[in-house]
Amino acid sequence: MSTVAANAPGAAGGGLSDVAASEASLRRFLHGLPGVDAVGLEARAATLGTRSIKTSAKAYAIDLAISMIDLTTLEGADTVGKVRALCTKGKHPDPGDPGTPQVAAICVYPDMVATAKAALAGTRIQVASVATAFPAGRASLPVKLADTADAVAAGADEIDMVIDRGAFLSGRYMDVFAEIVAVKQACVRADGTAAHLKVIFETGELQTYDNVRRASWLAMLAGADFIKTSTGKVAVNATPPVTLLMLEAVRDFRAQTGVQIGVKPAGGIKTTKDAMKYLVMVNETLGDDWLSGHWFRFGASSLLNDLLMQRQKLTTGRYSGPDYVTVD
Amino acid sequence: MSDVIRLDVMKTYKLFVGGKFPRSESGRVYEVSDSKGQWLANAPLGTRKDTRDAVLAARAAVKGWAGTTAYNRGQVLYRIAEMLQGRREQFAAEVAAAEGIGAKKAAALVDQAIDRWVWYAGWTDKVAQIAGGANPVAGPYFNLSVPEPTGVVGVVAPQAGYGHSFLGLVSVIAPVIATGNTVVVAAATDAPLPALSLGEVLATSDLPGGVVNLLSGRTADIAPTLASHQDVNALDLTGAIAHEGPGAAIALEASAADTLKRVLRPAVDPAAQDWTVAPGTERLLSFLETKTVWHPMGQ
Repeated sequence: MSTVAANAPGAAGGGLSDVAASEASLRRFLHGLPGVDAVGLEARAATLGTRSIKTSAKAYAIDLAISMIDLTTLEGADTVGKVRALCTKGKHPDPGDPGTPQVAAICVYPDMVATAKAALAGTRIQVASVATAFPAGRASLPVKLADTADAVAAGADEIDMVIDRGAFLSGRYMDVFAEIVAVKQACVRADGTAAHLKVIFETGELQTYDNVRRASWLAMLAGADFIKTSTGKVAVNATPPVTLLMLEAVRDFRAQTGVQIGVKPAGGIKTTKDAMKYLVMVNETLGDDWLSGHWFRFGASSLLNDLLMQRQKLTTGRYSGPDYVTVD
Repeated sequence: MSDVIRLDVMKTYKLFVGGKFPRSESGRVYEVSDSKGQWLANAPLGTRKDTRDAVLAARAAVKGWAGTTAYNRGQVLYRIAEMLQGRREQFAAEVAAAEGIGAKKAAALVDQAIDRWVWYAGWTDKVAQIAGGANPVAGPYFNLSVPEPTGVVGVVAPQAGYGHSFLGLVSVIAPVIATGNTVVVAAATDAPLPALSLGEVLATSDLPGGVVNLLSGRTADIAPTLASHQDVNALDLTGAIAHEGPGAAIALEASAADTLKRVLRPAVDPAAQDWTVAPGTERLLSFLETKTVWHPMGQ
């Protein structure tokens, strides 16, 4: 079922190109999206979290989850050495078991992109860089664009931008839209190819589920390749209901436009059990098309260790412990 | 009007993990009967997953508990003895039912168990004197050996011997936590009720959650999980089953060897053990690691 209201601009014609023609039309479209049934959404997310995944299905899910991780280090105390160590871990998550899949990407601050790129040369692991004055996003547009262009020039394959939550919450949707479009252009490299753009909403600051739905559509209309829940820097990060809501938005967007968008929950996903819940949600909401590192990612750091411990338990039959994975 | 029949409120025995009282993850229970075969209560059937959860809780508690001062640990252990004193009758009844002994003997066993807590409480700030020391070296250095806790200790509680159900249980738990370790206990399969009630006492003393975790269930499920778990640092096999099988002491010791755990072997004849005998320091000194530091002496 589509979440687009019958009176939404472009819905009848099948295209959404004129939605962002003006501030008024964009507002009309976003506010025309049907309201979210919060109780139903939370109940659905909770139900999907109760599935029991065992034995061979669990082994498959663990490997899939590892291959979906954006292994992240976003600390003020990051060093070149730490980023290199993280890249090595991404390449060989469990040195004791060469069959362990590699992670999808390494996510760092822009100044660490060149280091990560060099450390990952020759692998298919992507380098993702946060940009646009992450995590607050409180900088002027030229600064944000320079931040982005700098990361792209250093070799970033993916850019994680934050939206201006202040503008979004005060209803200046067009500002947010224009900013995403501008950053998207800044992602274009000299040779004409472009870095993938992930748009972070910081859902913990958006207050309502309705806002999350609006932000999702806004970002997708503006050209995001991925929509991402959170920065991991505020109290409330990715939650199952919010992620489910974004998955539904992505599903409806493809139904309407034929364009497939990726989803990345980030922050607070620490255990294998949590990861399994998200995978079940993706499978039930979007199906096989999204079940790969190309369309669904986990923004996480400690999750990988838990996945590795569970993987060791499955292969050896013994419970593993934190002494048998790296300290990050 | 005055002859209103009152129904007794039955107690639901639960596990004690991480300072909380969860039911078994399996949702299953098993029947516990007294020495004559009469049904006493249902005890939760702890599983391998419950054991894993307990080890997680115990690991999380290591840092805080090992980091407290020895003096403070002694106070907490003494507080446990205080709390036990107030529930003396309940434990006496449970011990009498579990071991098939008279009320007087059972009460005496509980009193001894309380005294043993106090005895071990006194040891907390003295163990460093007998297990550590200042070593004479040929140079201008202080050379100090300091005993430190091993970490997470898996304990198979005694299943036989006079006083095993409570005095024996206390005698294996108290020395382990006195030195700053945390513990996961597989309670005696046939007599788990005093152990599960002990959890209620520990929860109301000042012991941080996760320092002691009590599991009831089949020893053959819990003990091998503890022995093979890579995040358990040491194993006390006091109550391991003597005969062949997955719960047997030899099999557990072999499995513990994979991760080089410290192992305390069971008595040659566990059934002949008398827990009222004064314990000595063996258990206290079994789960310690010696750290030696060199420090320049200065002038």
